Amino acid sequence: MKNALGSVDTVLLLGGRSEIGLAIVERLVRAGARRVMLAARGGTAPAEELRKLGADVHLADFDAARPETHAALIEHAVAELGDLDVVIPAFGVLGRQSVYDVDPVAAARDVAVNFGGHVSIGLAAARRLREQGHGTLVVLSSVAGVRVRKANFVYGSAKAGLDGFAQGLADSLHGSGARVVVVRPGFVVGRMTEGMTPAPMSVTVDAVADAVIDGLRSGRRTVWVPGRLRPVFAVMRVLPQAVWRRLPR
Amino acid sequence: MTLDTTLLTGWGRTAPTPARLSRPQSVEEAAELLRTATGRGVVARGLGRSYGDAAQNSGGLVLDCTALAPSWAHDPATGLVTASAGMSLHDLMTELVPRGWFVPVTPGTRHVTVGGAVAADVHGKNHHVDSSFGAHVRSLSLLAADGSLRVLTPADELFWATVGGMGLTGVVVEATFACVPVETSRMRVDVERTRDLDETLEVMTATDDRYRYTVAWIDLLARGGRMGRSVLTRGDHAARDDLPVRMRRDPLAFAPRPRLSAPPWVPPGLLNRATVGAFNAAWYGKAPAAKRGLVQGIAPFFHPLDGVAHWNRMYGSRGFVQYQFVVPFGAEGTLRRVVERLSNEGVVSFLTVLKRFGQGTPGMLSFPMPGWTLALDIPVGQRGLAGMLTLFDEWVAAAGGRLYLAKDSRMPAAMVASTYPRLDEWRAIRDGADPDGVFRSDLARRLCL
Repeated sequence: MKNALGSVDTVLLLGGRSEIGLAIVERLVRAGARRVMLAARGGTAPAEELRKLGADVHLADFDAARPETHAALIEHAVAELGDLDVVIPAFGVLGRQSVYDVDPVAAARDVAVNFGGHVSIGLAAARRLREQGHGTLVVLSSVAGVRVRKANFVYGSAKAGLDGFAQGLADSLHGSGARVVVVRPGFVVGRMTEGMTPAPMSVTVDAVADAVIDGLRSGRRTVWVPGRLRPVFAVMRVLPQAVWRRLPR
Repeated sequence: MTLDTTLLTGWGRTAPTPARLSRPQSVEEAAELLRTATGRGVVARGLGRSYGDAAQNSGGLVLDCTALAPSWAHDPATGLVTASAGMSLHDLMTELVPRGWFVPVTPGTRHVTVGGAVAADVHGKNHHVDSSFGAHVRSLSLLAADGSLRVLTPADELFWATVGGMGLTGVVVEATFACVPVETSRMRVDVERTRDLDETLEVMTATDDRYRYTVAWIDLLARGGRMGRSVLTRGDHAARDDLPVRMRRDPLAFAPRPRLSAPPWVPPGLLNRATVGAFNAAWYGKAPAAKRGLVQGIAPFFHPLDGVAHWNRMYGSRGFVQYQFVVPFGAEGTLRRVVERLSNEGVVSFLTVLKRFGQGTPGMLSFPMPGWTLALDIPVGQRGLAGMLTLFDEWVAAAGGRLYLAKDSRMPAAMVASTYPRLDEWRAIRDGADPDGVFRSDLARRLCL
């Protein structure tokens, strides 16, 4: 249960090796969370740091690309942790558009993870959150999905789908006690983007995690990281297509 | 039988959760409702005066017991009262006081139910003399998980798992308890101010036992040499001869009403350092340095806050937490460190109350033990609050103390396990009475009870 000061007891991280995901979990554990499940392919994830902080860490095998296993995973997490206070699907693949252009199958596969995997685990988690009457699903969307750019439109369109899914899910959960926080980071400098040139207004993994914690406490529904991307994208969204198309990246 | 989903909070108005709320009128109806419970379970609720999540049950069923089989009876020969669990101490006092009787224990509000008083084993200003509510209960009827009605006496283990058991052993339906004869509805009160915390502790230790009812209000915002300065309010039920002549004609008159009501919405931050500091200074300043033999009504003496309906709204929409701990006698150093820290940090606590506890009851999860108890009200949103309270948790636990479950809304589960030594014994009895875990609450989930 979330307590009066916003601390939680349990956290489920899907994509248990995700840099952003682990940074969020670490902050929740420092604030008092005691039971954590890291779910990742092969059931291996870095649990030691969290254990040192006093958390009871469970590991589980999880494959985002196998939606037929997702409902069972949520049940397993409930059996191990009890009520789910925070659920964070943090898995994803960031492929290159130039590769997708010549390998449509790879593109479809990645979209299945980046969008389809989030839909199935998100719905399975939401069902449980609705039943228990509390809990938060953190959806890691991206500004890439706010207006899709030609430079990464496969990834961007999956994020656009995910963002729309999260908005709809948030509305459907309204009044149930459960809620969704949609996080829209800009370019995140981290392992996932290694070797890429950072875009303007890029942020660190820690900045994203801090913003998520802030969003969980404040009860806000949408979290932009950095916050100034919100007005920037208010403009970007209405740029004429001819201008948008000419943006270099 | 209504089954609307309602968002519930405790008196502190933090962490709301939805539950199906039903208001059974009879024991049969309540038993029927227990059978409809899902895996999310059931918990009874009275007037919602627990500060945290004790009477919330996210996704489950909450039984509003305020209309459950209402009845009460009083035997003037023995002083025993039998009252339905949903009856408030306010209603009970309204009946009893004019007849020359008073409840054995009243907390700082009359607006608690008999069932809540049992479930939280509430204490009052007479704890150092009379212990807590459970000490006066002669029998209870408890609607158990299997739908049966069990009559329990202090000879039963389940009785002492229910007293202080936060509603997790079943639904208290009725209680019989011993009341106190009074000659008047007034109190004879001595008020005195102390200069600092040392003097407060000294005076209370030396002279508390001369009074049946005592409490100290601490001005937490006073610093330096005045740190811990307090107003001690101590008294006894007034005899008829203590009253001024004009009151003697109707010595048992009792008809308190709230005079004010807090507005439905108050901006967060209304109670801040400046406003609370000004209030504290005025409150301390207006108290006489020493005044003896004041005659006061029951309501202003015991329940000053009941004079403002919905006073909990004054903390704004984010609500507030109440932090109440007890440390055993001998751990005054811990008490001093806490007060120093609060005073140095300038923590805004509107009502900080210090009290000496006497003997506890055999209630396995009862809070009181011989020692000092300090209660703070702190608005949510103060910077560093969570960290500071976590630090206090460590100090209190190290001193052999603990926190009050009826006030708690934030302690870590590990702290209950380490500071309530009879928790496992309580769990075993609870599991025997409720093997399928029908009775559940948000508090129970949060604290892994």
